[in-house]
Amino acid sequence: MTQDTAPHDHAHAHEHADGHAHAHEHADGHAHEHGQPIQTDPGLDASWVLIEHLHYAYPDGYEALRGIDLRIARGEKVALVGPNGAGKSTLLLHLNGINRPRHGSLLIGGLAVEGSNIKRVRAEVGLVFQDPDDQLFSPTVFDDVAFGPLHMGIAADEIHRRVERALEAVGMGGFERRLPSHLSIGQRKRIALATVLSMDPSVLVFDEPSAGLDPRGRRQLIELLRSLSQTVIIATHDMRLVAEVLPRTVVMDGGLIVADGPTDDILGSEALLERHGLERA
Amino acid sequence: MLPIGAYVALLITWVGLTVASLTARLGPLRLSRGAFIAAPFLLAALPLVFVRPEQPMGSVDLGPLTLTVSGEGLRIFTTIALKSWLSVQVALLLTFTTPFHDLVDALRELRLPRILVAIIGFMYRYLAVLGEEAQRLMRARAARSAVLEGGAGGGSLAWRARVTGNMVGSLFLRSYERSERIYAAMQARGFDGTFRHMEGRTIRAGEWQAFAVVVVLLIAFELAAHLWLPRL
Repeated sequence: MTQDTAPHDHAHAHEHADGHAHAHEHADGHAHEHGQPIQTDPGLDASWVLIEHLHYAYPDGYEALRGIDLRIARGEKVALVGPNGAGKSTLLLHLNGINRPRHGSLLIGGLAVEGSNIKRVRAEVGLVFQDPDDQLFSPTVFDDVAFGPLHMGIAADEIHRRVERALEAVGMGGFERRLPSHLSIGQRKRIALATVLSMDPSVLVFDEPSAGLDPRGRRQLIELLRSLSQTVIIATHDMRLVAEVLPRTVVMDGGLIVADGPTDDILGSEALLERHGLERA
Repeated sequence: MLPIGAYVALLITWVGLTVASLTARLGPLRLSRGAFIAAPFLLAALPLVFVRPEQPMGSVDLGPLTLTVSGEGLRIFTTIALKSWLSVQVALLLTFTTPFHDLVDALRELRLPRILVAIIGFMYRYLAVLGEEAQRLMRARAARSAVLEGGAGGGSLAWRARVTGNMVGSLFLRSYERSERIYAAMQARGFDGTFRHMEGRTIRAGEWQAFAVVVVLLIAFELAAHLWLPRL
């Protein structure tokens, strides 16, 4: 229950420098299964998501991000925690170019998130928004899951295959003709994930995936998140979800990264959690 | 487009509509009752009863104002009322029997501009979401609208109007913010300003034929109503 119960070897396995073997293995399996367009190489895999000196200010002048440096290996599962207003959501919106940095750079799989790369980056990074009603904007479930692939310019029969596969993956096979407004919040959240899975991204980004779910829906979501082979970044206040699904935790406060390390260590440090308005799992 | 006073033609239309709704296994009452939802719009046609000069039938004295009921105006008003009641029933029948996305597909097939089709699709999708948000606001107001025993709750009319105005404003802001989030969600999935659509359901040859037959029948009925059917 205390800090010293955190197993050391576990903590070690996810340190960035030593993470190669782990990340590499994942990348190979992934490339085989999904036919990733981008070549894998160990150096790139270790910094699949690479953020350097990222600064961002809102049009009203409020500085939301004040110098973010973050490196995430391919296949890594990372929690992004911190109080409201810490800049978590703002950072997530940078990952596929919705927000553009004022200073600094972002690279996803070696691709700079800028200019003509944006369309490829958006296929590489799947963003799942907090409110599924924002994510599901089409008349039917099928139209929504097909939206991403369709705008990537994929052929119709391949789109049908992808939609079917994505819905199967989230346990919602056969819901193609249903209307989003007639589904439960848990079902809508899973379909929101399917809408980005159908684009076959290498990075999945979630904003508060467990908010508003009942215990059963939350359980199903956690199982689903654990089954993902992609790189996963989750911004959340749900520390139990963090403890169960995500081996690495990044703590943000005031537009800065204030701590980054194995989840067991971070959750073990009462002082750190207290200082940034967080609680233990 | 039936002429004024073509009550026989309107009756035939009503019989046709009732047969159609029975075939669709919808009780005729459901349609005719549902159609009264449009009744308030008839108020706009009500002045016609008084402003037409033909066939004065009597007048109502309202102090400085004397309203004269015109027979012609009454006929126009009755025709408009019946037509709107029937039209709303036809629209209801269509929406009760056809899934909405089929209607959207049909509009697209009929070459309606894509942007309009998209707007209609969004409108349908978010009508329910907006309705829920409005309901939450109203529930929050109701929860705090306590009245002490013996007191006259509610405040002045101006105060209540201001509360309602604030609610409408807040609903508008929430919808606006939602629209920005939806746009971000669309961009995140590669939307670049062009609406694309899977070749969904297309109109089949048989359906075009049925459509042509219906159009011809309607024109014939329209002609008959103008030329042969009796008018009152």
